[in-house]
Amino acid sequence: MTRLSKRSFVQLAGIGALAAIGALAGCSKEEKTTTTTTPAGTTSTTTTSTTTVTAASAPMSAASGPLKIAFAYVGPTGDGGWTFAHDNGRKALEKELGDKIQTSFVENVPEAADAERVFRDMVGQGNKLIFGTTFGYMEPMLKVATDNPGVRFEHATGYKQSENMRTYDTRTYEGAYMAGVIAGGMTKSNTLGVVGSVPIPEVIRNINSFTLGAQSVNPNVKTKVVWVNKWFDPPKETEAAQSLINGGADVLMQNTDSPAVLQTAEKAGKYAFGWDSDMTAYGPKAHLASSQINWAPYYIKATKEALDGSWKGGGNTWWGVKEGAIDLVAVSDKVPADLKAKLDKARAGLKDGSFSIWKGPITSNDGKEVLAAGATADDKFLGGINFYVKGVEGQVPGGEKK
Amino acid sequence: MDSVALLVAATLNSGTVLAFAALGLLINERAGIVNLGAEGIMLVAAVAGFATVVHTGSDWLGFGAGALAGALLAAAFAVLVIWLNTNQYASGLALSLFGVGFSAFVGIRYTQEKLGERPNFQIPGLADVPFVGPALFRQHPMVYLAIALTVAIAWFLYRSRPGLVLRAVGESPESAHALGYPVRRIRFLAVVFGGALCGLSGAYVSTVYTPLWVEGMIAGKGWIALALTTFATWRPARVLLGAYLFGGVTMLQFHLQGEGVQVPSQFLTMLPYLATIVVLVLISRNASFIRVNMPASIGKPFFPG
Repeated sequence: MTRLSKRSFVQLAGIGALAAIGALAGCSKEEKTTTTTTPAGTTSTTTTSTTTVTAASAPMSAASGPLKIAFAYVGPTGDGGWTFAHDNGRKALEKELGDKIQTSFVENVPEAADAERVFRDMVGQGNKLIFGTTFGYMEPMLKVATDNPGVRFEHATGYKQSENMRTYDTRTYEGAYMAGVIAGGMTKSNTLGVVGSVPIPEVIRNINSFTLGAQSVNPNVKTKVVWVNKWFDPPKETEAAQSLINGGADVLMQNTDSPAVLQTAEKAGKYAFGWDSDMTAYGPKAHLASSQINWAPYYIKATKEALDGSWKGGGNTWWGVKEGAIDLVAVSDKVPADLKAKLDKARAGLKDGSFSIWKGPITSNDGKEVLAAGATADDKFLGGINFYVKGVEGQVPGGEKK
Repeated sequence: MDSVALLVAATLNSGTVLAFAALGLLINERAGIVNLGAEGIMLVAAVAGFATVVHTGSDWLGFGAGALAGALLAAAFAVLVIWLNTNQYASGLALSLFGVGFSAFVGIRYTQEKLGERPNFQIPGLADVPFVGPALFRQHPMVYLAIALTVAIAWFLYRSRPGLVLRAVGESPESAHALGYPVRRIRFLAVVFGGALCGLSGAYVSTVYTPLWVEGMIAGKGWIALALTTFATWRPARVLLGAYLFGGVTMLQFHLQGEGVQVPSQFLTMLPYLATIVVLVLISRNASFIRVNMPASIGKPFFPG
């Protein structure tokens, strides 16, 4: 808060050029503060480092210049997955809106108390639109948003909103379903494997949708799940993938953030998918397709709203195949034509809204009917999935409570 | 039966990563130096090894580069703590943080690179024996090297004269100095050797274990190796046992999950840490035994009089 008052004092006192110089000096000082006060490595087992990088494509002009936009990433932009996809969205945003905006990002922001300080720093640096790109930023963002009503906050994958904070997400499960269609047709052992990250509804929904997709072409398919309880830990993801392969799975999917699972499948001569970004390069023989998230349409829409003043807080945007936010890309040549045709049919159905993945009858793996015949799941249902569908083996960790 | 064999194979592979690093740290600590920078060293070595394999195509050069990178970083650390007498814990932490950032920085262009075909190794004849073959004899040569190294280090420490000198330096640098041994030079060599082993471990992770480079990919293995040396009461054989135990329980918990065992996965994730600590505490529950084995001068700077 002291920073803010210092800042407003400078802006009040200085006029014209003076104000511009003041803002510039303020910015560079703030940046230094970020890098030096940020602790790298918060715990002994998960080492994280935080670096601030300012994308210098837009020139820094007077205080009333371009709209300053900041992104907080949970992993490194070089993870080749989740954060990489967000950063591609940021780059597309810069390309689209050019010098009307100025973006910056902070990588490796832990999903912990540290995040709050990063968001306060972003506000202090004069950012007026802030994107937080992981679920765990929910509480810190809400706190900072409440304290800074003049700044707009966008939180990915969360569910809490306020006057100046709203949420957005992509229907990653549609990508998982399409991957499932291919997996179901390609498996020889009829056993699929999924490396799960953290057992939250989003991930469980993806595992289920993957299985439903596979069952749509091959009713005998079963899915094994192994949780690593981390979003990003390549050696652990490798170990989990290896144990699934040892258990007989021959097509793998992962809901973790690195290409390690694909790489393991490549080494073992099995199949796997890319997740979040196109991962062909990491395992060209094993790679069947990549479920890709394209954040750009939403980032461009939100920023345009902020620029023309039509941005409103509250509410959630959940985009999928229909809006161009999700697609299954880079489908391998190994996938036979008839399977590709089935994939195209599913994709076309999702695109024009004629097909719904979560349509009854759907039973959970303990035999309960969760969705009656003919009923279509609404977003509220999808947001609270804490059961496995029939065909997935095992039990959701801690999934007993309703 | 088959899956048990595969489980054993995966365990040996997983334990090897920890074994190299922990053996290196054991040598360090036997000479009285604690190097908390293991994680950073392993990351820098991982990127060095990966980059070398990308450019040369030779895994063995990759291991060499990893060991060299580890040795260089450790040498810088050694100069700081041995001659300039900086605090070992603070310098080690600094090295760790530096390694995390530096590896990320130099590794930027390698995140999208991939290595060529990964060779499969097997020992002719033995690899085809049912059960035992797939479990034990289809491993990367580094897995066997880790076992050989453990034997060699145990022999060195307890059966050879230089090993005795190294232990003397760790127990009482003053006495060793009084006897005319170059304490600082011996400590330097121990730290560099330890760094090289951590480097080998890092290169193994990025070129064999998970053949790719992504930032922070060591994901805490350096810290686990550090803890292992302590829990194993600085005995080489126990370090190897602890490494396999940790690797084994890690693989076992994934295996159990894949089999649909009704135990919370969070509990299973905790299991490797818990099991390793419990077992190693049990085998060394004799408190005087720990005191006897712990190098007396560990963490303390030495000023030649």
